[in-house]
Amino acid sequence: MALIEVENLSKQFRVARKPEGGRGRLRRLRRDFADVHAVDGVSFAVEAGEMVGYIGPNGAGKSTTIKMLTGILVPSGGRLSVAGFEPSRQRRELARQIGVVFGQRTQLWWDLPLADSFDLLKHIYHVPMARFAANLERCVELMEMGEFLRTPVRQLSLGQRMRGELTAALLHDPAILYLDEPTIGLDVVAKARIRAFLTALNRDAGTTVLLTTHDMGDIERLCRRVIIIDRGGILYDGALDPLKARFAIERTLVVDLEEPAPPLEVPFAIVERVEGPRQWLRFQREQTSAADLIAAVARAAHIADLRVDEPSIEDVVLRIYAGGAGERFSSTPSPG
Amino acid sequence: MRLYWEVFRHGFRRYASYRAATVAGLFTNTVFGFLRAYVLVALFAATATVGGYDLSDALTYVFLGQGMIMTVYMWSWWEIALAIRSGDIVTDLSRPFDYQSYWLAQDLGRACYHAVFRGIPPFLVGALVFDLRLPGSPLTWLLFVASVAVAVCVSFGLRFIVNLAAFWLLDYRGVGAISTACGTFLSGFVVPIAFFPGWLAAIAHVLPFRGMIQVPIDVFLEKERGWALVGVLAVQLAWAAALFAAGRLLLGAARRRVVVQGG
Amino acid sequence: MGSELALYPRLAWSRVRGQVEYRLSFVLMLVGYFAATVADFLAIWVIFLHLPLLAGWTLGEVAFLYGTSYVSFKLADMVVGHLDVLPTLVRSGSLDTLLTRPLGSLFQVITIDFGLRHVGAIAQAVCVLAVACVTAGVPWDAARVAMMPVTILSGTVIFASIWVLGASTVFWTMGNGLEVMNTFTYGGNQMANFPINIYAGWLRRLIAYVVPLAFVTYFPSLYLLAKEDPLGSPGILRFASPLVALGCVAAARFAWGQGIRHYQSTGS
Repeated sequence: MALIEVENLSKQFRVARKPEGGRGRLRRLRRDFADVHAVDGVSFAVEAGEMVGYIGPNGAGKSTTIKMLTGILVPSGGRLSVAGFEPSRQRRELARQIGVVFGQRTQLWWDLPLADSFDLLKHIYHVPMARFAANLERCVELMEMGEFLRTPVRQLSLGQRMRGELTAALLHDPAILYLDEPTIGLDVVAKARIRAFLTALNRDAGTTVLLTTHDMGDIERLCRRVIIIDRGGILYDGALDPLKARFAIERTLVVDLEEPAPPLEVPFAIVERVEGPRQWLRFQREQTSAADLIAAVARAAHIADLRVDEPSIEDVVLRIYAGGAGERFSSTPSPG
Repeated sequence: MRLYWEVFRHGFRRYASYRAATVAGLFTNTVFGFLRAYVLVALFAATATVGGYDLSDALTYVFLGQGMIMTVYMWSWWEIALAIRSGDIVTDLSRPFDYQSYWLAQDLGRACYHAVFRGIPPFLVGALVFDLRLPGSPLTWLLFVASVAVAVCVSFGLRFIVNLAAFWLLDYRGVGAISTACGTFLSGFVVPIAFFPGWLAAIAHVLPFRGMIQVPIDVFLEKERGWALVGVLAVQLAWAAALFAAGRLLLGAARRRVVVQGG
Repeated sequence: MGSELALYPRLAWSRVRGQVEYRLSFVLMLVGYFAATVADFLAIWVIFLHLPLLAGWTLGEVAFLYGTSYVSFKLADMVVGHLDVLPTLVRSGSLDTLLTRPLGSLFQVITIDFGLRHVGAIAQAVCVLAVACVTAGVPWDAARVAMMPVTILSGTVIFASIWVLGASTVFWTMGNGLEVMNTFTYGGNQMANFPINIYAGWLRRLIAYVVPLAFVTYFPSLYLLAKEDPLGSPGILRFASPLVALGCVAAARFAWGQGIRHYQSTGS
């Protein structure tokens, strides 16, 4: 049996629909309701040790799924099993098996030093002293947290806090870690640190990770398998590489030249936009590499600065619709 | 002037948008009115008059008082203290208007809303069950409205000063709780000052708090007449002015502190 | 349940530490809360300046009612009074975070804070109660001594249950009109400060039996003070407070459970 099994899962919300006409009081009396299918017949399975990206545009149903997997929300239909538990029924038992990090919210005590939050969590999860000490030490060492362990959480930077959140979610050795936008708002260095830590965690402790993110970089560095969800349904479930090959083929090189120039003419790239000295060059990864393109640009003009933009999740989803005419397809899930 | 008029209207509208809170608050104020009323009914079952009040006076007193809780805003108003804490006060003070007048205008707008929607209904419900007193003379009505307006100013003056204390204290809630306690009791809100023993009444008489509750209600009940009435209203007005001036001095000191320490 | 009880002191202490950090402010706050509630008792004292008996009760006896009710009320306030932040927890999504932990949802919401500041009010009420225990003419014996803590505890549980019941409505109303809860908590205390025979029948039945505030202090005090009930209620009611408290707990648990279930099926 897989660690996470989701079968035909669905969730409907009843939301009040605002009638167009009518004023104040009348509106109150007559209320129309509409059923919104936030998650609509989703099925997938995750084996122990996998690291899966669960992605999709805003409002696709990602958080609703995660909330059902963690037992916060009760499904309206379908079957769900996580680590052998039925999440909404056995929420508290399941809680010992999972770690959750919601990027935008904290599970730490705002006014306490980070270390004190960890100590409270130790008692909440009944973590034996030796295991607690070992887990904490590993996190502190890998994420270089020694300097700010005694700092109250409210004074931590976002990156420091996120490292604290990850530690907090891992003190009780969960079999599954759910991460919701774990790198949102972080700078490049902080992102890299978090990603390296997660890779090590998955490799060394075998922790299964389910990751929702808007950051294609997170997915590329961390996940071999992705599940794309949109409008409540699964659009793609399979290895990342074929997906990239088919839909995430276009990238954009953004260069700041030392002085404004007419659109550059370099092989395999199309200038999409020019704004003063800045130019956007679209290219396909199967035709040229970023390095070759940069070299070509450097021969044509003086570069002051540059970056390579990955396609966004939204772009990928749009392309799947455009390419497959919205037809859902999936390849066999890659074994962890 | 135009600005303060706009601020006044904003103050009114701001509270008008919390409809559920208004209804819930009304319910609470009214039920408390009944709880307090029955204590007085029990009191007047034993004696016909206390301190010049008969039962009808006392019940009128209770339901007017319940309506004035929100109108004069006796409890918990911390907007300035919170702005001091967050540091927003620095930008607020640099705006091109008079900070104290700005808040007074907004508070008067708020008071108008609360007078109508939180002030009148408890009295009307009370009047359905009990025999409440209504003044006959139009002049009394007029003076009552004027006295309530001054009561709001007295209350505002006090609240403004207590809020500014946050400049010098780490936590304003302690001072707040003490001033609230004094205000609630010495304003005559809990029990009319006329019921107090002599020495306590004497203390209440020389303090500003009675201008928030006791004075307007006594005007309504026509407890004072002629020159005595003029005197009471003049003292109430004088307190409002004195508190406003004191708040201004304190604000000046706070402003210097901001300039010196940068907040 | 057992593990949560063991956790409570630790979590409460973590809330207290921050509050006492600024000592002067905290002392001022205690004094403030002490003063605020002294005013409540002064009101009773002022009334008794004008008559010897209020509906058949002496000042000492009313002070006894006031003391027991107030201590119970403020103990409950200290432990669960911050349930009024629930709408914020729901709106901000913090409740979701709490639901991912292996603890009960109500327990976690309650341990978000600990109202140590209410100690000021409790101290005031304990003073009044101590004096009343001497002056109210309680015919002290072993049974009555044992009955005192039972009364206070039952009262605390009844008030706390009312708070939880009120807070449970948040899952449906999102906190609109939560202020109504004050009628039954603060208002309930105000009511219980006086003997309930002063209230008109409709009000007495509503707040004393539907919301069982008469069991906070009125009925047990009849026994403790060895008084005849002017309302002629059956004598057994004087000992019913612990049972009523258990009933309230059951009702509160049920309401909270329904509320959480509703939340879990609708989300925020």
